[in-house]
Amino acid sequence: MNILVYLVPLALGLGLTGLFAFLWALRSGQFSDVDGAALRVLSDDDLHDAGTTKD
Amino acid sequence: MTESLDLSLYAKPMADGTLGMELAVEGIACGGCIGRIERAVRSVPGVTEARLNFTNRRLHVTWSPGLAEPAAILRALEDGGYHGHPFVPMRAEQQEAAEARRLTRCLAVAGFAAMNIMLLSVSVWSGNVTDITPETRDFFHWASALIALPAAAYAGRPFFTSAWRALKSRSLNMDVPISLGVILALGMSLVETANHAEHAYFDSAIMLLFFLLVGRALDHAMRRKTRAVAGNLAALKAENAHRLVSDELVSVPSAALKAGDRVLVKPGERVSADGIVLGGKSDLDESLITGETARRNVASGATVYAGSMNYSGALTLKVTAAGGAALIDEIEKLLEKAASAKSRAMRLADRASRVYAPVVHLTAALTLAGWLIAGASVHDAIITAIAVLIITCPCALALAIPAVQVVASGALFRSNVILNAGDAIERLAETDTVVFDKTGTLTLPEPRVVNTAALDPELLQMAARLALSSRHPLAVVLSREATTRVPFDDAVEEPGQGVRAHINGIDTRLGSPQFCDVIAPNTSQASTVCFRHGKRFAVIAIAQKLRPDAVDVVNALRGRGLDLQILSGDHLEAVAPVARALDIEHWQGGLKPAEKIARIEALRASGRRVLMVGDGINDAPSLAAAHVSLSPISAADVTQAQADAVFLGEKLRPVLDAVIVARRARTLMTQNLWLAAIYNAVAVPVAVAGAVTPLIAALAMSGSSLLVTLNAMRANGGPR
Repeated sequence: MNILVYLVPLALGLGLTGLFAFLWALRSGQFSDVDGAALRVLSDDDLHDAGTTKD
Repeated sequence: MTESLDLSLYAKPMADGTLGMELAVEGIACGGCIGRIERAVRSVPGVTEARLNFTNRRLHVTWSPGLAEPAAILRALEDGGYHGHPFVPMRAEQQEAAEARRLTRCLAVAGFAAMNIMLLSVSVWSGNVTDITPETRDFFHWASALIALPAAAYAGRPFFTSAWRALKSRSLNMDVPISLGVILALGMSLVETANHAEHAYFDSAIMLLFFLLVGRALDHAMRRKTRAVAGNLAALKAENAHRLVSDELVSVPSAALKAGDRVLVKPGERVSADGIVLGGKSDLDESLITGETARRNVASGATVYAGSMNYSGALTLKVTAAGGAALIDEIEKLLEKAASAKSRAMRLADRASRVYAPVVHLTAALTLAGWLIAGASVHDAIITAIAVLIITCPCALALAIPAVQVVASGALFRSNVILNAGDAIERLAETDTVVFDKTGTLTLPEPRVVNTAALDPELLQMAARLALSSRHPLAVVLSREATTRVPFDDAVEEPGQGVRAHINGIDTRLGSPQFCDVIAPNTSQASTVCFRHGKRFAVIAIAQKLRPDAVDVVNALRGRGLDLQILSGDHLEAVAPVARALDIEHWQGGLKPAEKIARIEALRASGRRVLMVGDGINDAPSLAAAHVSLSPISAADVTQAQADAVFLGEKLRPVLDAVIVARRARTLMTQNLWLAAIYNAVAVPVAVAGAVTPLIAALAMSGSSLLVTLNAMRANGGPR
């Protein structure tokens, strides 16, 4: 049962990592435009730009 | 005469030395607009960054100082078919954004803690019925305490601070029993853990916080969205003033006016700042300021006040007080009022929960005393009391009405209806009679070309392009039909007659019948403009046009059992065809404002609940007299201020949607009140009897809140 002494804090640590990752994402404004993010992924802006520079 | 636009008021210095501005953008239809708008604005020389927030339709632009002209950014948007309206983000909005982030952080912490504690708790529960050693159990309990105490201290703050504020002002709100329940459960669990007991209640305290925070965060997010739309709308409605700078007109936002500035106020505009008339004569409607409806004649030397409507002539003013900042405050205050205005049902629910809060505490105290007298151990009595405290929290009751209100007003926003009054939804739901004004309400606010189908498209396009060169009101209407917005080079306007130009070497004229040598049929229904291109000619009819979906909407409203009427100030011959087209039996024309009110009063007296839809200044009093009122966004400011809700766009559909959403919302409110009442009626006796542990209580209580909230979400769906 001694293994629990390591495993429980380890699990907590992993959970905390997730929590801090979320708080960081929140702070850096990744949730400020949720609808826009869903649509931006569809735009081929980058490809288009690369194409025009080659011409 | 082109008037330059000065936007320096809106430009804010950024951290990296550039200037930044926020724009509310109109006309965003789909995801493709994001790229188009950002590319268009970035291509303006000097612009360093443009980022569109699709969720709240706002564009953030930064440019290097001195390089780009801010007005060029607006022009770039304009060329792409969008309209940008600069605005200063409001204080209230910024505060709410901070509050939303705080709630989300609390929610994240509570969620993390709840998951981990449940993991440990489930192990203990299953261990208790099998072979867990007391040492392991203690270890798990201490680990839970280690997670729960800091998490509760952090995530519980929204509740603790609100409860503390209430207690300080010697009152009780729903956060008091919540805070008390959480603190008691945590304290009790610590004692239990120290005594190596089999049960601890860290899980219930944290779960309670987590579910309550879910409800609050949802509620807050919806409110914020509503507020953002209202803020954009305020930007759309923000007025510009014409400042005279060494006899040149510069268009500046009213907020940028300073004492001593000279300002031109054109007829039909509102006076943008307090001032003294330097030149010109006019009549002012000061009803917004004084309530006096008779117009006041003003001439040189007279003092005028911001907010009065200028009727007949142009005035030059010397600004005495910077009215601008005050005006922004005013809008902010109005929005504040709209957001905090509580409906009757909401006030009722508020009062109920205020009365109910002491009952919660009393029931818990009585349960504790009762069990102690009945001979239960102190420990069991306290546990039961905590369960009662948690389960009797009327959170579901407190959420029942506001949750529906918030979702319904969100649904109305998506249908292009913006609420002015908090209780408009309930009053809309009660409507049984709809009274329409004609001009600008059933018809489009501006006249249109009505015989496009009968005209040769090529001729119409030519005529419309030629019309671009004229300032005549009919020409302005006609020019909207032009697909190429480039005027002909040699177009000449002949005052009082029309415009002429040579197109492909052929003499082309647009204007009066004589000017164009065309015999025009005489109609009283429409104004006509004649067009001649060599031997070919056209007679273009311009008239008020019904809103594109008026017939469908009117039929749908009738299908919902509403009685429809038209009360118009326009003459009978103009109203009759509209009433016929819409198949509305009860209609009256040529009514004065007082007669309109009398009609509406008569309807009310016969027990009808009247929804008045109108836009003119003459409609303002009848809107106030009706049970509930709607106004198109094109309406006069005074009228809009009077209406319970405002709708946007060319279609009449929002009127129908408003009624549908309001009726659905009313049904849901009733359902929610029943759900909450039944929950409390069932759960409380069971908890008092001691058959519920704090965890079950927390789950039941937050479950009922979630149920009510989810039910409220249904105000969103349904047929549109």
